Amino acid sequence: MLAKIWDQHVIAQISDDTDILHVDRHLLHDLGGSRGLLDLKSKGLTVHNPELTFATPDHAISTAHGRAGTSKIGQELLAALRLETTASGIRLFDVDQPGQGIVHVIGPELGLSLPGCIIVCGDSHTCTHGGLGALGFGIGSSELTHVLATQALIQRRPKTMRVTFDGRLPFGVTAKDMILALIGQIGAAAGTGYAVEYAGSAIRDLPTEGRLTICNLSIELGAKMGMIAPDEKTFEFLRGRPYAPRGEMWSEAVEAWRRLPSDIDAVFDREVLFDVEKIVPQVTWGISPEHVIGVDGRIPDPRSVGDPAQAAAITTALDYMALMPGAPIAGTPVDWVFIGSCTNSRLSDLRAAAAVARGRKVAPNVRAWVVPGSENVKREAVAEGLDKVFTDAGFEWREPGCSMCLAANGETVAPGQRSVSTSNRNFVGRQGPLARTHLASPASAVAAAVAGAIADVRSLER
Amino acid sequence: MKQPFNRLTAIAAPIMRGNIDTDVIIRIERLVGNTVRGTLGRWAFGSLRYQPDGTENPEFILNREPYRQAEILVTGPNFGCGSSREGAVWSLQELGIRAIIGSGFGDIFFANCFQNGILPVVVDKAIVDQLAADIEATQGAGRVSIDLETQTIVTPSGQRHTFEIDPRRREGLLQGLDEVAMTLQRDDEIRAFQAADRAARPWIHFAGQSA
Repeated sequence: MLAKIWDQHVIAQISDDTDILHVDRHLLHDLGGSRGLLDLKSKGLTVHNPELTFATPDHAISTAHGRAGTSKIGQELLAALRLETTASGIRLFDVDQPGQGIVHVIGPELGLSLPGCIIVCGDSHTCTHGGLGALGFGIGSSELTHVLATQALIQRRPKTMRVTFDGRLPFGVTAKDMILALIGQIGAAAGTGYAVEYAGSAIRDLPTEGRLTICNLSIELGAKMGMIAPDEKTFEFLRGRPYAPRGEMWSEAVEAWRRLPSDIDAVFDREVLFDVEKIVPQVTWGISPEHVIGVDGRIPDPRSVGDPAQAAAITTALDYMALMPGAPIAGTPVDWVFIGSCTNSRLSDLRAAAAVARGRKVAPNVRAWVVPGSENVKREAVAEGLDKVFTDAGFEWREPGCSMCLAANGETVAPGQRSVSTSNRNFVGRQGPLARTHLASPASAVAAAVAGAIADVRSLER
Repeated sequence: MKQPFNRLTAIAAPIMRGNIDTDVIIRIERLVGNTVRGTLGRWAFGSLRYQPDGTENPEFILNREPYRQAEILVTGPNFGCGSSREGAVWSLQELGIRAIIGSGFGDIFFANCFQNGILPVVVDKAIVDQLAADIEATQGAGRVSIDLETQTIVTPSGQRHTFEIDPRRREGLLQGLDEVAMTLQRDDEIRAFQAADRAARPWIHFAGQSA
């Protein structure tokens, strides 16, 4: 599948394994978008294909109502994004407009991301779009300028890995738990240098939004690209979306997309098999996504680890996280719960969270936020009354954006406080200086909010 | 033109913890804004370099002599994993770092290094560990040499190791090539591709226009 998409995008081969690839969709956000456009201008260049470039503010804007509290610098970035996209003829999905939202939520939602297309963005979670059978990957600022100037990118062909998730997903276990369990087993660097294709019956059984969650965490596996073969579910998901093809062009596109899945005899550089039937709801305990255990598990003890480097890494992580080696992870008191981010802020995530929150209350010592992934997700959730479920339970219902996932907009977990978050990174200080982050699924996050501590969602869902 | 990279003999600082992510290299709030370049060096590795009260953490290696002068980092596995922020590379560059030797790097960070004329060298973990031990045996005074032309590194005790590098990237660093200018020279090929692709995959090129 990688080869099929790759080969279709080669403008020119420049060495044995490196090509100039065409970029079909380029997404810009407020943190790096105007910087790239200004960089281009300073080089005396113009945007090669503004009609293939789309922009939205998500990283630096406040998610408070009325966007109150967006920092001065965040406002400047938004103003610059407006000015520079207008000057270049780039479509901007602005605040409060349908279409605004986290770049990796709006791409699929608007039908901008399509199977077989190459989509890039100055954000490492661009791998998310692979859930539709696209080849999406994150790029840095220099590459971003390169794409603006040329609508192309020089890339070295990665190795290929197939991860086959087989079996039926147990009760209470979600796409987020599948991918966290995988990272825990094979490690946060296992995917370095690879494009990962996720396959198997458990992947085919997942709804499209769950597949986006799986691909989203590819970068946490070390892989900048992750993908899933498009199928009838993918096509149904995309049909009728604003930027998806229509009429005859739709039929033509679907016919082409059906040819994308890997051939039966396709050979991968690495194969991983993963039985999903043994997975329990996952929660991270440390400072790398590979530091993950089942919610019924115990915090690792460095004294029982043979390798000194590994033992030292555990000690460093437990010091930062203020956790007791050997203790059960469940019952660890939490201060914050964050439901949102490009990993888990789509309508299905909010439905799963609301199903657990309905008729329950957030524990008195916990602050809990729900940040929908996009303006459209927000409106659909409100139409279903999910906002009411959350606010009745004591959650704060906010405006769409990246918010507390990376804390670029001033929305942070206070130093020393502990958060259960549906986002993607539990790095040191990710949610704010000295903040302690535990990654989990939306349902597990609600369980923690209600219990006031890390909790096994299965005991609430039954 | 970027600054070319040919060879370098310099103080090297081992930072051997695994999975040092780009959030740890530079915090996001330092990167919010369009005029941050040039201000980032003092914030590189902020959470390791400074204590919560803002004073230097005397135990962190880059706060100790002679490692303060380091132009080379020797790093643990998966250095630069995580976010695509190129500010991570900019902050290291502003700190004076010109090359990084490790057993593996985050893919996007790795690519960003080349874009800024920083050489990331990948060698076996055993060589990295031995190099770090070699440096520490001299209390950091022993210099490490990297020669991109011959693809070799020489440790303070004189051990020589070769490394592999993508020939195209090697050439780009040696000559300080500007990729944007190079690709734009082939703009006729880009336009020819687009014309053919417009016929093959019209839904890519007419996004929204059929709506």
